[in-house]
Formats: sequence, C-alpha cells, structure tokens
Amino acid sequence: MSVVEVVSAQGTVTVQDSGRPGWLAQGISRGGAADPIAMAEGAALLGQDADLAAIELMSGSLKLRCERACRIALTGAPMRARLEGAGGGRGLAWHGSHLVPAGAVIGITPGPAGGFGYLHFGGGIESEEWLGARSAHLAAGIGGPLQEGEKLRLGEDRGSTVDLVIDPLPRLEGGEIRAVESLQTRLYPPEQVARLQQVEFRRDSHGNRMGVRLDLDGAEGFAAPGGLNILSEIVQPGDIQVTGDGTPFVLMAECQTTGGYPRIATVLPCDLPIVAQAPPGTGLRIRLIERDAALRIMQAHAAELGDLRGRIGPRRRDPAQMADLLSFNLISGVVDAARPDHFPDHVHHPEEIS
Amino acid sequence: MTEPAFPRIAFSGLDGLVVSFSEKFDDTANRAALSLRAEIERGAWPGVVETASSLVSTLIRFDPADVRPEALRDQLAEMLAARDWQKADLPRDRRCLTIPACFDPEVAPQIDEAAEAAGFRDRDAAIASICDAELRVLTIGFAPGQPYIGQLPEIWDLSRQRNLNPRVPVGSLGLAIRQFVLFAVETQTGWRHVGQTAMRLFQPEAKDPFLLRPGDSLRFEPVSPARLQPLWDDPRGGAVIGAAE
Repeated sequence: MSVVEVVSAQGTVTVQDSGRPGWLAQGISRGGAADPIAMAEGAALLGQDADLAAIELMSGSLKLRCERACRIALTGAPMRARLEGAGGGRGLAWHGSHLVPAGAVIGITPGPAGGFGYLHFGGGIESEEWLGARSAHLAAGIGGPLQEGEKLRLGEDRGSTVDLVIDPLPRLEGGEIRAVESLQTRLYPPEQVARLQQVEFRRDSHGNRMGVRLDLDGAEGFAAPGGLNILSEIVQPGDIQVTGDGTPFVLMAECQTTGGYPRIATVLPCDLPIVAQAPPGTGLRIRLIERDAALRIMQAHAAELGDLRGRIGPRRRDPAQMADLLSFNLISGVVDAARPDHFPDHVHHPEEIS
Repeated sequence: MTEPAFPRIAFSGLDGLVVSFSEKFDDTANRAALSLRAEIERGAWPGVVETASSLVSTLIRFDPADVRPEALRDQLAEMLAARDWQKADLPRDRRCLTIPACFDPEVAPQIDEAAEAAGFRDRDAAIASICDAELRVLTIGFAPGQPYIGQLPEIWDLSRQRNLNPRVPVGSLGLAIRQFVLFAVETQTGWRHVGQTAMRLFQPEAKDPFLLRPGDSLRFEPVSPARLQPLWDDPRGGAVIGAAE
C-alpha cells in the first residue's frame, strides 16, 4: 500500500470522485468533480476506472510527498506542476502522465487562466468514504479541504504506462453552452428567453463548487412575473437560477437541493465543464435546444468519453529538455481553440436542433 | 382557461420529471407528494435513479440513456389517474419525535417580535401555540437533513423578513409563512429566529446520518436555556423518538 503526504495545501484542494447521487431527498446534492471530463481524461491516461478518486484544485496550490514510486496524471485547467527532490527539480507536462520516484515531492500552483485542475494517481485515492463516495462536499460539511500533514492512501495500481499526453476535449476557453427548458422556463416571457440566448455573458470571478455567477456585462437582468413568490422546488446541477436582482447563476456540483428562485433553463451535463473551466471574464453564450437534440448530444458525448484513448499519444519531447512546459501546453490549447474543426465530434452541427 | 390542471407533470432538465399537486402550499398536496414518492419507491421502476419530494411536488430522476422519458411520463400519468392522491395517507414508516426547544430570548432573539407580529398577547401564549401544534416534516432540502416543518396555526402566517439574519446557528428554529425551518447548518436567512434546539440533523460519520425523514410527526417541548445546554452532548439533541400514531 502506498501513501502520499500533504506537505502543504492552500485554497480549495479536495479529494473528488464522481460524487454521491441518490441523496436528493435528504438534502444532499450529488457533488463530485466540477469537471467530470477531466476525471475521465485522467483515468484514460492511467488506463483505469473513471470512478477512482483524484485531487481537485480550485485556485489552490499543493505540495505532496510520495512515499513510493507512483504514476500520476494531470488534467483539467493547466496549472504549473513541478517535481522536486530525487535528482533535482523538473517541470511536469500538463495533460500528461508521469512516473514519480519514491520520496519525490509534487508541487502544483495555479495557472494563469484559473479553473479546476486535477491530479490523479495510479490506483486512485482510497480516502475515507461517506455515504458511498470519497468526494468532499464542502457545502454539506462532508470532508474538507486537504490539510498539511494529512496522509492519503493510494489504491493498488494495476497499470504501468507513463509519459503519455492527451489532447483534451475542448472546454477550457468558454464559448457556447447548450441548455434545455427547465421546470420554470415558461414563467419567463418569450422575449426574455430569446434575449437570454443573445447576451454575451462573462464568467464572473466569483464562482465555486456550488455555482458560477454569469456577469451580464451591462445587459438588462432577467425576471419572471411573480417569480419571487413561487414555491421552493428541487434544484439540480446545471439549473440556471435567476436571483432577485436578475443575475443568472449556473448551479454546479455542490448546489443546494431546493430553491425558491426560478430557473430559466438547465445546462446540459456535458457542457457544465465549460462553465466550470471558463477563465474569469471569458465570454459564455447560452443556447436552448430541444430535448431530443440534447439527448443525442449526450449520447455523442458518452461516445467521446468512451473513446478518449484515441486522443492519447506518447509525449514527443523529453520533459527534461523543455525549458517552459507551461507555455508549451498553453500554445497547444490556443491552437486547438482556433481550429475547432480539429474536433469534428464537438462541432455543433445545425442538424442537432430539431 | 389558462389555469393548469393538477396534478401536473413537467420535465425538469434532461433527467427529471416533476409532478406538482398545487400552485401554493397546502397540506393535502404535501401528503400527495409524499405518498406518490413512497409509491414509486415501492414499485422500483426500471430506469428511475432516485426520487424526492418537495413541499407540494415529487421529482422522479431517471437515466435518459436507459429509459424513454415520454414512456416514463405516460406511466406516471396513468398512476396519477388511478386514484385521488389528495386523499393519500402519510408514509407508513414515519416516526413521532418530541424535541426539546428553548424559546428564551437569550437563545431565540426574535421570539417576542414574532409573537407580537402574529398578534399574541405575550410570549407564553406564543410558545403555547407552537408547542401545542401537531407538526410534521413537510420536506427535507436545501442543506443535508434540513426539514421544513408545518403547518402552524393560521395566526403564524408571517412573511419572511426583508432584511436577512446575518447568521443563525445550527439547530435554530426559523419561522415564516406558517412553517419552521430547523437549520442543519449555520446560515444567513430571512426566517425569524424564534427558537433553539440542540439538534444536529446531519452527521456524515454516523451509521444513520439523518435524524429526520419527510412525513415524521413532530412536537416541541419548551425547555430553559440551562436545560438545553447539556443536550448538545446528545447527537439527537434530547429528542425522544417513537412510532407515529
């Protein structure tokens, strides 16, 4: 059994897995990783199950000492990662897998764009389970952020492959988020639902695991007539809740389970990572689609996740010779964004709208 | 003409169907929501991932990859048409709890203000009204294990405050619109802080982490601040739990 020890942790650095569905009736939202795509990418890089727990960093920094040699993968929003000790320091490529020698220290600090970064271990993290999951749920008081001196047990690693890189599914630069009607969309005048899809929202800097505020960027707010007097209803991640001042919030993994503010639409689960990972200030546009089209998109997304191995290849350059690993990765991301046709499966074809 | 018929079935997001029994809160609609949820749970419908009830509605969450949503909706409609849900009984496994609560302004700073707003002659009359009321858990939500409790006599139909209480502690009783919220977490709220219990409604490390269930019957028993204090050592906050009826 292998153990990693937290040398230092700052900010919201937590253990996350796919969350604990099934407790809505008791007031607990599903929780789990804010970017499930990153969880799937990490699992694909390490050749293991996507349900295994990993470490999520939300604008935090972390140093971990690995007792024994272990495999890791880094996914999600690019951050600065370095390996210290055991033969000198070197950078670690993001969106990649690595072998960490025994006794080495992994150091991760936030990248320039913000967002959620993930550190995965071969065999996954086997921390304590509460109600069937290892995910910390900060809003519910389940678990908490990692603390200095904390020791995390790793599961048995059955794989051995390292030094791979993944071409991440595009989601790290904002853009269009697709949504379907919510229970309360029809409370809003059609003009407002139309306008919701015309505003270029900005990702507000105030966002966390519970929700992300969409900055109206000067546009008029939204309001349903009588919307402040409706009964509380169950809410779910992805719901776009409009508060009293007309500002939409996209509810995330750790949202409350009931709410009295009306919801104007619900973001598709596969597009929620776009909201989670959009750097503050980035543009986000909402587009409502029909349920049938949404279900087809979700099927295509499931196929994409099942096919992540096709986006993985060997790391072309020796990391020890790379002067600036972070800029290498950022450039690759920018190139991808400028050439969306590079990802034919993700382009939103007009026939998706029925 | 535009008045929607109840019960009403509507989609919520991609994976939810919501059955609403009323536009506004009423006791029979709450019973209907609780009862419908219990019935679906008993039926263990294929493709249904989880169910939950709120004040007057029931959510059925399904796996859209596994079930055709329209077929599930039709199945629900059939079930709704089969009987009068407004006359439903309360869940069979519900329990009855007697919960010590302190209404002294020392720990319940808004009791006098609420009593006056409701038109009681003094604090004791207000406390008697609260403690004589047959209450039950209407729904659990917002935070883990946090109950909405009702329904209080009509005299307690007070609106929520415009100004929020910056912080109410765990176990506090908030009052508005003939209901209580018994707070599971420390929070800011528009509900008036009129009572204090020693209840810790959610204990993630416990074998049974939730103290209350929707449908449970409740009664508050007034205690002094001195008697409340040691109850914090009891995970149930001194509540006596028995079978309902």
